[in-house]
Amino acid sequence: MADYDPILSVRNLRTEFSGGRGDVRVLDDVSFDVGRGKIIGLVGESGSGKSMTALSLMGLVPKPQGRVNAGSILLDGTEISKLDAAGMRRIRGRDIAMVFQEPMTSLNPVRRVWEQVGEPLAIHKGLGRSAIRKRVLEMFEMVGIPEPQTRLDAYPHQLSGGLRQRAMIAMGLICEPKLLIADEPTTALDVTTQAQILRLMRDLRDRVGTSIILITHDLGIIAEMCDEVNVMYAGQMVEQANVFDLFENPSHPYTRGLLASIPRATEARVARRMPSIPGMVPNLAKLPPGCRFAPRCRDAMPTCQRPPDLETVGTGHVARCWLHAGQTALQSEATR
Amino acid sequence: MKDTIPADMPPAEDIVLSTQNLTKHYRVGGGGFGKSARVVRAVDGVTLDIRARETFALVGESGCGKTTLGRIMLRLQEPSSGTINYRGTELTTQGEAEMRALRKKLQIVFQDPYASLNPRMRVEEILAEPLRSHGFGTAADIRDRCAELLEMVGLRKQYLRNYPHQFSGGQRQRIGIARALANKPDFVVCDESVSALDVSIQAQVLNLLMDLQDQLQLTYFFITHDLAVVRQFATRVGVMFLGRLVEVATTEDLFAQPLHPYSMLLMSAVPRPDPRLRGQERPMMQGEIPSPMNLPSGCRFHTRCPFARDICRIEDPALQDRGGRAVACHFPLDG
Repeated sequence: MADYDPILSVRNLRTEFSGGRGDVRVLDDVSFDVGRGKIIGLVGESGSGKSMTALSLMGLVPKPQGRVNAGSILLDGTEISKLDAAGMRRIRGRDIAMVFQEPMTSLNPVRRVWEQVGEPLAIHKGLGRSAIRKRVLEMFEMVGIPEPQTRLDAYPHQLSGGLRQRAMIAMGLICEPKLLIADEPTTALDVTTQAQILRLMRDLRDRVGTSIILITHDLGIIAEMCDEVNVMYAGQMVEQANVFDLFENPSHPYTRGLLASIPRATEARVARRMPSIPGMVPNLAKLPPGCRFAPRCRDAMPTCQRPPDLETVGTGHVARCWLHAGQTALQSEATR
Repeated sequence: MKDTIPADMPPAEDIVLSTQNLTKHYRVGGGGFGKSARVVRAVDGVTLDIRARETFALVGESGCGKTTLGRIMLRLQEPSSGTINYRGTELTTQGEAEMRALRKKLQIVFQDPYASLNPRMRVEEILAEPLRSHGFGTAADIRDRCAELLEMVGLRKQYLRNYPHQFSGGQRQRIGIARALANKPDFVVCDESVSALDVSIQAQVLNLLMDLQDQLQLTYFFITHDLAVVRQFATRVGVMFLGRLVEVATTEDLFAQPLHPYSMLLMSAVPRPDPRLRGQERPMMQGEIPSPMNLPSGCRFHTRCPFARDICRIEDPALQDRGGRAVACHFPLDG
């Protein structure tokens, strides 16, 4: 795949936190790519490491307890994981930007919206106030804020949740970054507003070619939005696939369990009880010795006491599960 | 583990709780300097019958009044007007002492399992409190009942000595459920009770709620914004918009054919976990919810409705019976 040139390439990322009882590895050997103009999903439950992945990419892991200890992050061919604070500040907001879950708490309540949305321009491009104001107005139009002229001077509390999130997306995109990371961007919004924001993000990708990492716990959003999907569990990637493969042929028992347990608005209930995954996510400080999902897994077997690797289950489709061990060998045999 | 098709709908005549024209209006602002007080009509005339042993889901967007309705039904907040009848007893005229006695039967499970449990109390004290306040029995009886409650919600009784922070979100919600069930209630309001939980945990808690409903003959008033949960969990659904019910139907009927344009648009906005369905253009709600302080004339939904005609801007449609279901629309979608 010589012509494959991803905008972001993450390899063997390891992020650790030190605490009272020693180090906790919140990300363990995380690798994935973001193709140019693609929407890549990171999906998982609380504690899976999906938000920590975003913070690691942005150089925003809380210090001094947390740090990225190993791995590489290539953004458009440039290694950014070794940058110091000043170096990260130079690219954050310019080359790589992030939209957070709560648009209320990520905006300063006492500053006008346009000044905040335009701030990256002042920092990275050194533009003057009138130029910034003009550019913010363009961005407001692009993200579909109605009556954009009158919203420029608003304070955050004067905007609805949906408009605030549009403003945050405008801020994220104002320097035309190479990569936008959206961490649960619609979780705090109503479903009708969510549909509008998701459509906006899809349109931006189609029109402007923005590459997006979309972090969500909602497999419905993954199915509607993403090209490729990364399923995370307890700090590891457990399955990676094209979105169609993932939903048609989920290969990790955790992914299968998740897909079975999501309530669906599109299908009538068939059984009184819903399928569920027993137990709960393990404490990262007390991980099971082998497969981290094994204690909850219906298919667990003695081998699962040893940690599984990511095994190939199809083209561009891998799963960290002993059920698929050996298939990698078989496949390379077949292609030979 | 039972894997049966849901029991038949309870008979319509077996009503647990019914409201007549229930309202809750808040005054905001005003109080001098020539500014007149404005009124927010959080709940604006809700008439509803809840049948015994059903799961009635109330859906709507934030600010539609669904939480307020759930709270005034139990008189956790006082309604501004209207009546609430619980098994023949009019709740709005009960004194404080009578209401306290009735609370045994009328319970609520809150959304946030982190905020609704006192962090300084052990689980045993959390569960014993409602028992004691209703004179459950001796200290030994109460201890036994606490252990029984904990096991009923799938937690080991050894946990009685623990504090809320020692539990996960799902376990805490189980404790909240155990507390609500302590005095064997009859009618339970679940206010976004599974919304804060991870998917795999959400299914566990929904299953627990269903099992307990079967065991204890509970009636649920299930407040949620999640239509997928509604489809899998509820027997009937009320759709609320700006303080009013705009549609009431069985879950099956509603999902087969919503009659109110708002219900239809709400349903079509739910992301579908199937990438093959992508790209199908779906109708999308335009604009923003009007302010409840400044309601549109006529039908309150007309500013966002793709089918609105002249009459919709003038005349406010009432919730009308339509073959076993009800809809408040001049032009329901079945023609």
